[in-house]
Amino acid sequence: MGIQSWTYLIVGLTFALYIGIAIWSRVRSTSEFYVAGQGIPAIANGMATGADWMSAASFISMAGLISFMGYTGTIYLMGWTGGYVLLALLLAPYLRKYGKYTVPEFVGDRYYSQLARVVAVGCAIFVSFTYVAGQMRGVGIVFSRFLEVPVDAGVLIGMALVFLYATLGGMRGITYTQVAQYIVLIVAYLIPAVAISMALTGNPIPQLGFGSTVASGPNAGIYLLETIDQIHRDLGFPEYTAAFVAGKKSMIDVFAITLALMAGTAGLPHVLIRFYTVRSARAARWSVMWALVFIGLLYTTAPAVATFARVNMVQTLHGAAYDEAPEWFLSWEKTGLIRFEDKDGDGVITYAPDDATNELHVDRDIMVLANPEIAGLPAWVVALVAAGGLAAALSTAAGLLLVISASISHDLFKSIFTPGMSERRELILARISAGAAVLVAGYFGVNPPGFVAQVVAYAFGLAASSFFPILVLGVFSKRASREGAIAGMLTGILFTGAYIVYFRTFRPEAGASDWLFGISPEGIGTVGMLLNFAVTLVVSRLTPPPPAEVQQLIEDIRLPHKS
Amino acid sequence: MAEGSRDAKSYWRENIRALVVLLSIWFAVSFGLGILLVEPLNAFSLGGFPLGFWFAQQGAIYVFVALIFVYARWMDRVDRRFDLD
Repeated sequence: MGIQSWTYLIVGLTFALYIGIAIWSRVRSTSEFYVAGQGIPAIANGMATGADWMSAASFISMAGLISFMGYTGTIYLMGWTGGYVLLALLLAPYLRKYGKYTVPEFVGDRYYSQLARVVAVGCAIFVSFTYVAGQMRGVGIVFSRFLEVPVDAGVLIGMALVFLYATLGGMRGITYTQVAQYIVLIVAYLIPAVAISMALTGNPIPQLGFGSTVASGPNAGIYLLETIDQIHRDLGFPEYTAAFVAGKKSMIDVFAITLALMAGTAGLPHVLIRFYTVRSARAARWSVMWALVFIGLLYTTAPAVATFARVNMVQTLHGAAYDEAPEWFLSWEKTGLIRFEDKDGDGVITYAPDDATNELHVDRDIMVLANPEIAGLPAWVVALVAAGGLAAALSTAAGLLLVISASISHDLFKSIFTPGMSERRELILARISAGAAVLVAGYFGVNPPGFVAQVVAYAFGLAASSFFPILVLGVFSKRASREGAIAGMLTGILFTGAYIVYFRTFRPEAGASDWLFGISPEGIGTVGMLLNFAVTLVVSRLTPPPPAEVQQLIEDIRLPHKS
Repeated sequence: MAEGSRDAKSYWRENIRALVVLLSIWFAVSFGLGILLVEPLNAFSLGGFPLGFWFAQQGAIYVFVALIFVYARWMDRVDRRFDLD
């Protein structure tokens, strides 16, 4: 069987599985729809969180990005895992104890203000939509590359599937499909990684393999990371493992970006809401631990894949005659993801840091997608990678759509527009909003607005500078007041947003010397977050403290006993 | 237990103590060893890894998991002592 038949088979089987789970887990109450009846076991929720969190970008793009960044790739590795420590220690158990359905609802109750709730709804919907459009696009791209259907048709198929299980099963359906999707994506990620680690270093565990010696060839017996550093020196690139050298990000920028990604992770509504679905505050703590175990499995493998791919790519392509280039090179060349431009006309591929002599252009996505072919793995592994990419994109899309649906039906209609609504009607409305959100997301997937790709990268900075501080202070400071929180949120998000827009739109050519303290727009959320903390605390001192019933609410969420 | 009681206060103090200890380690390992001290640490090696590079791309993630594990265990015990679970 060829790659394409295998892909149809495996993708078809996984889709049938997701649909079966959706039908089995359909829901009848709003509590089941929004938070799965708060009965998800900690380990299952950990897996679901892993799939929810790891998007098309984590699965397809991250290893490739790291491969081009070397040490600096740590901003993603630590930034997208360290936030779970903040989540476990500072937020998840208390939000679970609070026990209602959405993040804006907590903001509204804790800061005794419908205005704060509406601002939070606005942020949640904005962040979720920009994120989800990217996922739908990812679904379309995987379909088009592996199944040769047009991107738009791929988006439509993905939409139909998410529509089915999100409207039928709500949070419960999404949770159990995410568990299945986690298993598909992690297996799809690990099999090629193990095979390549084995081939390159003789060690089957990728996490150890990239610290081992090269198994064969001219560099046999030399450490893999030494080999890659040597290759980089020879070609004129900065060393792979070196930090903060010329051509890489500065120390303060790496610091700021990492912190912004961590705090942003802990402030993203679709991640926070997953910890509303477990039985107790205690289960929430354990559930975050399981989530990070499952996420860490992929995140500790990714830097190994990045190193293997880098070594493989440079060694097989640099200095090779184009006529003798391997088969995978020619098949991926057709997709435009890898290009050879024979500038000096010698028919030999030259890879170099400077544009005048470099003849090889490699898209970062190719590192994971083409990995099985580069390593000469069988067709079914290639098909599995396609199914894994789809699982990563669909699971994240579903989690985001639920946040949007709950924000509309619960935070806007139930609390503001039609407060007397019956539960039956709210459930119908929740399903309709989920369906409508899928349609809007699909529309953006087919017609991606130019700003999406840019905004997704900054969504973390915006979440870090708006949500994170007021959620943490909401639990840890009894003094933090309505006025303080609103002032803090606005300061954080306006400062961060303005800085990003200023440097992206008006001064895109600016470099480190123009930036505030040398911090790039990607990392400025850290400064926005500190400003938010400072403004919230100072304004809270100057305004009346929260009323007695809010003080009581804080006392209550601090204690984990069952409510 | 009544909220606002002496027990509730000492439960919360115990929780804060765990947070201060564990978040200090969180900061020291990720930002300390993985970023601020990465260059001097790279002079040492762990097998085939420069040490600072290893912390930044592997070690920090293992430590994060361990920290959450320790916190969950720690608070389970505190919950039992205050009869909260």
